[in-house]
Amino acid sequence: MSRAETTVRQENPRARSPLWTLGLLRSELTTTFRRWRTLALLAVLAAVPVLIGIAVKIETGDGSPAGGGGGGDGAGPAFLTQITNNGLFLVFAALAATLPVFLPMAVGVVAGDAVAGEANAGTLRYLLVAPAGRTRLLLAKFTSTMVFCLVATLVVAVSALVTGALLFPLGEVTTISGTRIGFGDGLVRAVLIAAVVAASLVGLAAIGLFVSTLTNSGVAAMATTVGLLITVQILDTVPQLDAIHPYLFTHHWLSFTDLLREPLYWDEVLDNLGLQALYAAVFGSAAWARFTTKDITA
Amino acid sequence: MAPNDSAQTTDGNFAAGRRKAARYIVPVAVAGVAAATIGLVPALADSGDPDLPKITAQQLVEKMAASDTQQLSGNVKISTDLGIPSLGGIADSLAPRGGDEGSSADPQARLMELASGTHTLRVAADGPDKQRVSVLGDAAEYSLIHNGGEVWAYDSASNEAFHTKAPAEAKGSGKDSGKHEKLPEGVPTTPKGLAEEALKAADDTTSVTVDGTTQVAGRDAYQLLVEPKQSGSTIGSVRVAVDAENGVPLKFTLTPSSGGKAAIDVGFTKVDFGKPSADTFTFTPPKGAKVTEGDDGPKAREKDFGKDFKGEEGLKDFEGLNVIGKGWTSVAEISSPGGEAGAGSEAPEAGDVPPQAQQFMDALGDKVSGEFGSGTVFETRLVNALMTDDGKVYVGAVTKDALVRAADAAK
Repeated sequence: MSRAETTVRQENPRARSPLWTLGLLRSELTTTFRRWRTLALLAVLAAVPVLIGIAVKIETGDGSPAGGGGGGDGAGPAFLTQITNNGLFLVFAALAATLPVFLPMAVGVVAGDAVAGEANAGTLRYLLVAPAGRTRLLLAKFTSTMVFCLVATLVVAVSALVTGALLFPLGEVTTISGTRIGFGDGLVRAVLIAAVVAASLVGLAAIGLFVSTLTNSGVAAMATTVGLLITVQILDTVPQLDAIHPYLFTHHWLSFTDLLREPLYWDEVLDNLGLQALYAAVFGSAAWARFTTKDITA
Repeated sequence: MAPNDSAQTTDGNFAAGRRKAARYIVPVAVAGVAAATIGLVPALADSGDPDLPKITAQQLVEKMAASDTQQLSGNVKISTDLGIPSLGGIADSLAPRGGDEGSSADPQARLMELASGTHTLRVAADGPDKQRVSVLGDAAEYSLIHNGGEVWAYDSASNEAFHTKAPAEAKGSGKDSGKHEKLPEGVPTTPKGLAEEALKAADDTTSVTVDGTTQVAGRDAYQLLVEPKQSGSTIGSVRVAVDAENGVPLKFTLTPSSGGKAAIDVGFTKVDFGKPSADTFTFTPPKGAKVTEGDDGPKAREKDFGKDFKGEEGLKDFEGLNVIGKGWTSVAEISSPGGEAGAGSEAPEAGDVPPQAQQFMDALGDKVSGEFGSGTVFETRLVNALMTDDGKVYVGAVTKDALVRAADAAK
């Protein structure tokens, strides 16, 4: 008897607080994903693999290999030559094609809008009226942005998988090392790669959130975030700046392709994840410092 | 909690300002700690050189020769800085690939890329019959697989494969010499191959010493230091890190005498002496891959590879070739410009160049003159070439002055 009583007593206060946090998060998620803008972004992302798939199908309709026929220099997006042999490669090709521009742009829009958009619309102060606290609100915003990263990546991956399955044969997967793995194994790798791609966007999401706390204009925050992204990507291509390249958050983005080697090659992937965690820590705490001390006037 | 409240009063302004500033310490601290970690961890992890029993150079070389390690797998990092702007472009123009001439998976063209820049390789070996080398590229991989009598090359970027039969003697001789990771093509991409090349040149012109210990890929190793005794060589020193346990060379560093960054730096970043899994060495061309069969024998190719990596050896193919001097300061003299410019030689012959090209080449090189007449010197960090106005070419891993002296002596 007494034991049962104590467990009940202990459980109650514990159970309440995480549920409360989840409530805030849930409302954040619904506001994010119910926006027409978010849905439009996801629709554009879903369209990219479909376009790639159809283009490859049309180009190779006469039996010629993809990737510019005789050129064979590996130009164009990665894995393009493999799509006709295995539809699963459309997933990898689509992720490689969307990761540099489309995915981070979508994340930049959502992250940049997270706080500044509310401030712009005059709804931020009402959010803060609820006894949740600014830190918790910021955490909920950050978490919902990360959920968006994951959802956006999965939308691309699933759309690519469906398109690939409809247009091309599926079957054993040839890794880029030339060895073969089963289709199930290939699917596992696709899921792993999608997770790594989503995690690659975390650094940018943190930067976007920080920028978002600096201004009251949602558009300015989005533009700054996307502008920063483009600047960093340009810096990453300048050979004279070799020394700083390993610390740019976009530098290791395409390292997810290392997961298609046999055996797996983790070095760069782990570099990437560590770097993203670092950016998330620095800009997340900067966003926290700014947001918790800022005068909310709108 | 909300600064709005405290900011209302004038008294609170100062305190609130301080509190605001205090919060920004967090991101700054996180960034600072991260920067310190990036800067310090390598220094801390480098816990000094391992304490190993003293050993003479002779013993160390014997240890290497006696090494019978047949199985290994690991990652190798190759950095080359030969002082040539981009050999990739030159290689492309000299060895066209992709076109009618052959497949982009043809090892001959692809392995030249290793001669400039930094590359990560994966190597695996299991006895003399099974080896594999993969060059990891961006979202692509180029693999060379030797399994029994078959040699496959696969380029994942273009999905093209290249197939040829392994030379018979490579199978036999591998066992005797213990060249466990030497591919039939004879590419010295692994530390062992390069160390053997360097030691082959060791005679009375060379000093070979043991220069302390080091750690490579987490393994304790002795450092073998090879230096030319003669002056005038562009090669400053060659360092080979040899595994203290089994005598396998783990790292090879070639420093030019002009100092600075190593010209060639090949070393394991990860190594495992266990048996690699058998399917590492199996290869069947994937569906849809374009397969090119190697038409000329692998032996011919073997020669070409040597040329790519060791300019002087390749030059033996030239007619009218004459080697002046010996050891490190030997200079090759090529008198007849009839031969086609090989992939390994930096200096094209003077005879059949249009005047514009001649001008351009003059801009690249330095004019020199001496008893031999006058000519142009083309310099890289390792190999220098002197092209005299009367069409002779002197090439060697020697300084400009030594080159001129050799030309004078030949006159």
